[in-house]
Amino acid sequence: MVPLTVARAARWYGFAVTLLGLVAVYPLLRTAVLTLFDFGLVNGFRARFIGIDNFVRLYADSRFWNSLVFTLMFALVTVTLEFVIGFGLALAVHSMKGASRWIRTALAIPWTTPTAVAALVWVWLLNDQFGIVNRILTDVHLIESPIAWLGSPGLAIGALIVADVWKTVPFVFLILYSGIGTIPEELYEAMAIDGGGFWAKLRYVTWPVMRDFVFVALIFRTIQAFAVFDLVYVMTGGGPGGATESISVYAYRTYMRYLEFGYGATIIISGVAALALVSSALYVLLVRRHEYSA
Amino acid sequence: MSTLLRLLVFAACLVAIGPLAWHLVSSIKTSEELNRVPPTIAPEGVSLDNYVELFARRPFLRYYRNSFVVATLAALLCLLAAAPAAFALSRASTRRRSSISAGLLLMAFFPPIVYLLPLYEMVRWADLVNHPWALIGPYAALNLPFAIWFLMGYFRQIPKELGEAAALDGLTEEGFFTRMVLPLSTEALLATAVLVFIFSWNEFMFALTFMNLETSKTLTVGLSTLSGAFSVEVPWGLIAAGIVISSAPLIVLIAVFQKRIVAGLAAGALK
Repeated sequence: MVPLTVARAARWYGFAVTLLGLVAVYPLLRTAVLTLFDFGLVNGFRARFIGIDNFVRLYADSRFWNSLVFTLMFALVTVTLEFVIGFGLALAVHSMKGASRWIRTALAIPWTTPTAVAALVWVWLLNDQFGIVNRILTDVHLIESPIAWLGSPGLAIGALIVADVWKTVPFVFLILYSGIGTIPEELYEAMAIDGGGFWAKLRYVTWPVMRDFVFVALIFRTIQAFAVFDLVYVMTGGGPGGATESISVYAYRTYMRYLEFGYGATIIISGVAALALVSSALYVLLVRRHEYSA
Repeated sequence: MSTLLRLLVFAACLVAIGPLAWHLVSSIKTSEELNRVPPTIAPEGVSLDNYVELFARRPFLRYYRNSFVVATLAALLCLLAAAPAAFALSRASTRRRSSISAGLLLMAFFPPIVYLLPLYEMVRWADLVNHPWALIGPYAALNLPFAIWFLMGYFRQIPKELGEAAALDGLTEEGFFTRMVLPLSTEALLATAVLVFIFSWNEFMFALTFMNLETSKTLTVGLSTLSGAFSVEVPWGLIAAGIVISSAPLIVLIAVFQKRIVAGLAAGALK
């Protein structure tokens, strides 16, 4: 092992550290600092230190709490659905030998679609006049007349969930599928000799190997679902009546439309704190508990 | 049981492809047919009008070029920063490696909007609004943690003996890296570049904020702001054609690189 001198560190890490420092670390710190300032259009963009006043205002801001509840609900429902469907698909495709290359490619397609584009895809599919979903549902008499899916709060939330699940099940599937591929075939054979059925295999062979892959897929999906912006911004714009406004969309509006930079930063930092709580709960549930029991 | 499974997987494939296939089919309908309520399923005639309009009368060629330039340069810049760092990390002590990995994971944890405002201030300060570099830098940096992981996982599989042999032959660490490690890792480098390219091509929020001139917009932003240019009706035919052309390059990439990307996604994420 060559000792790490300053010159050597600069050679290997210098570029990466500079880039991350400029584009990630500094902006992160600045956003955190801005939460303590009144900074925006109203005071002519001259930052004024106001202590925790932004957080006091946030505490009484029902729009913030609504967006937090929507975001948490959205993340919980989509990640759960994506996990169940993605895991099921990974098991099913793995058990089918042959032809799976094309199946995997087909299943990966929604993941490569840009999220903003996926949102447009679903806006048209669900359109009340020109959308194919209404045409199919009326043809098979599930509904009598076309529905404006994005027009009422409950349906719009459902539509966002469907679009998100469509777009990101492939990601979960791909990770879990490659996880299943790492399980040695002999383990299953040994299990079969011992007379283990489907559930026993799942519980004692598949799951222990898959747990790490599941953790990776879930943590990434939770982070992304919590940050949801593109999908909401393009599909519903946060409407109708603010019912689908996520933390990111509310913060974006506060920044770019109301030009309140200090308060926008406060919304984001508080949202991130909530995300940290959820993620550590997930970590304890999935990883730590098993380390103690093992 | 297995027939049922096959049917279910087949149905899932249909659901995955269906929505895009519907837009592909719709994009070649005539505008008369597109305006019918309820919509037709199979097209009655074939027309390329939507594509012609997109490229001839709207700046989609420009959007395309912008997305391509930004995503390609971001991928290259990201590799340039990630590869040496990942190599040095792959040979660092376990303690240092895991603490730096944890730091990188922490970075990936923050939603991109955390960086938005300070980056916007910097972009304006550097007079880079509407300039491709306003996006290239952030895309390269924000994909860096993942790229370093991904490559580190790969570099660690290169046998230690190879490095020792190279040192005995008088090769410096740098020489070993550029003349042996990099050529041995072309697959991993390519897979990383493809993924950064896809993420950059797909990005929306920064592009929406930093690019407001028609000549500077990327595809995702140009396409999603397209209907704003029409006052009466939404140009579904144009949007359908735009959806097809903005997804097509990525579908080709994923079809070609799928195996390597998937292997890397899992390996890189777990090591």
